[in-house]
Amino acid sequence: MSISSNVAPRTRKEIAARIAVDICEGWYVNLGIGMPTMVANSIPDDCEVVLHSENGVLGMGAAQEPSGSQPWLINAGKNYVTLRTGGAYVHHADSFAMIRGGHLDLCILGAFQVANNGDIANWATSENDTAPAVGGAMDLCVGAKNLWVAMNHLTKDGTPKIVESCTYPLTATSVVKRIYTDLAVISVGTDGLEVDELTSGLTFDELQNVTDAPLRMARPSAQSTE
Amino acid sequence: MINKIVQSMADAMNGVQDGSTVLLAGFGAVGQPVYLIDGLIEQGASNLTIVANNPGVGRVGLARLLELGRVRKVICSFPRSSDPVVFVELYREGRIELEIVPQGTMAERMRAAGAGIPAFFSATSVGTKLAEGKEHREIDGRTYVLEKALPGDLALVECWQADRWGNLIYKQSGRNFNPVMAMAGKLTVVQTQHVVDLGDLDPEVIITPGIFVDRVIHVPYGDPPFGG
Repeated sequence: MSISSNVAPRTRKEIAARIAVDICEGWYVNLGIGMPTMVANSIPDDCEVVLHSENGVLGMGAAQEPSGSQPWLINAGKNYVTLRTGGAYVHHADSFAMIRGGHLDLCILGAFQVANNGDIANWATSENDTAPAVGGAMDLCVGAKNLWVAMNHLTKDGTPKIVESCTYPLTATSVVKRIYTDLAVISVGTDGLEVDELTSGLTFDELQNVTDAPLRMARPSAQSTE
Repeated sequence: MINKIVQSMADAMNGVQDGSTVLLAGFGAVGQPVYLIDGLIEQGASNLTIVANNPGVGRVGLARLLELGRVRKVICSFPRSSDPVVFVELYREGRIELEIVPQGTMAERMRAAGAGIPAFFSATSVGTKLAEGKEHREIDGRTYVLEKALPGDLALVECWQADRWGNLIYKQSGRNFNPVMAMAGKLTVVQTQHVVDLGDLDPEVIITPGIFVDRVIHVPYGDPPFGG
């Protein structure tokens, strides 16, 4: 499947920047590995968003300069990071109490597939993976108040990643609330998928053609007051 | 006088039995008690079950213990690392058992063991293949799975400062699984960068009180290597 050539899909950086617009000051947020991590770079310095990392870092700051200058301070991706003023260290059980206990306002993860009921598959690509690695993904999915997914709309070989039912092993069921892709911003409601935004130049039909689950356009918010 | 500080690795590892469940702290290389792993290799216990977030790097430390055929089973949330060569080889050949546990469930199962809680219900993994075969219960309209406590016969812990009572503090993200595993070990052995006098640690900031600690060995090895 493909889309017309006059559409400019959002780059990974642009997807991250788009997500950052929707994050409110004061939120406690966990960013998954990959594109979600890039969201941090798009949050303005004067906006106090507290980043959480599973390995017990609350108030995570930017990457270390030079890298490795604080060798005891890494994040869940095992990259060298800093701690913001006001940050704290906790042990693993407390870190996941923050997650499972519903204290995080938002978690952003990547995904292999998202279904139109909010199911997410992002930890294994088959039932028989050599040593599948779950890490903290299942805890984050059930614990965060909001779960958003950042991913490309299609796989590298052009297969839709938004589907009616995930074929890969599930990470959690009915948890995803919003999907940000290179082509659209889509909300997951109790009655299916609602397109909030289309990438410039893309039509609704084109988006539907590359999505394996039914979509509908969201009503413009100005008209939703009745 | 209480003095938990031991002078040799042989004393630190004395009495570890074959078939033990060993809780191995650290997240990647940070906060991992690498010298205690070497001590365990030297001590000789085998048929071990290892509980650790990651399955080892290269052919040293935990990877060496695996390569020597001393480990029967690994309980782990993320069986990958920058170079998991030994684990991958053993797993592919079916020579090691693997139990995948979500990271937060793994931490809480050990916290529960240390706190005398035999099992607890969690929403994590409900509806996934990791919940298959486990008892499910609906509580106030939400479905949970029963997760059992995960105690260790031996916990290997790394800290920044310790005193002779076994009071511990950690350094930055080196804390990770260490305090939880210290609670959950029947025998908890600590590798510390620094030994301080009793009374030098501020009681307001002690993270692991000595009640959870049995033995402390002073290993001033420096900063952790990159990776893991």
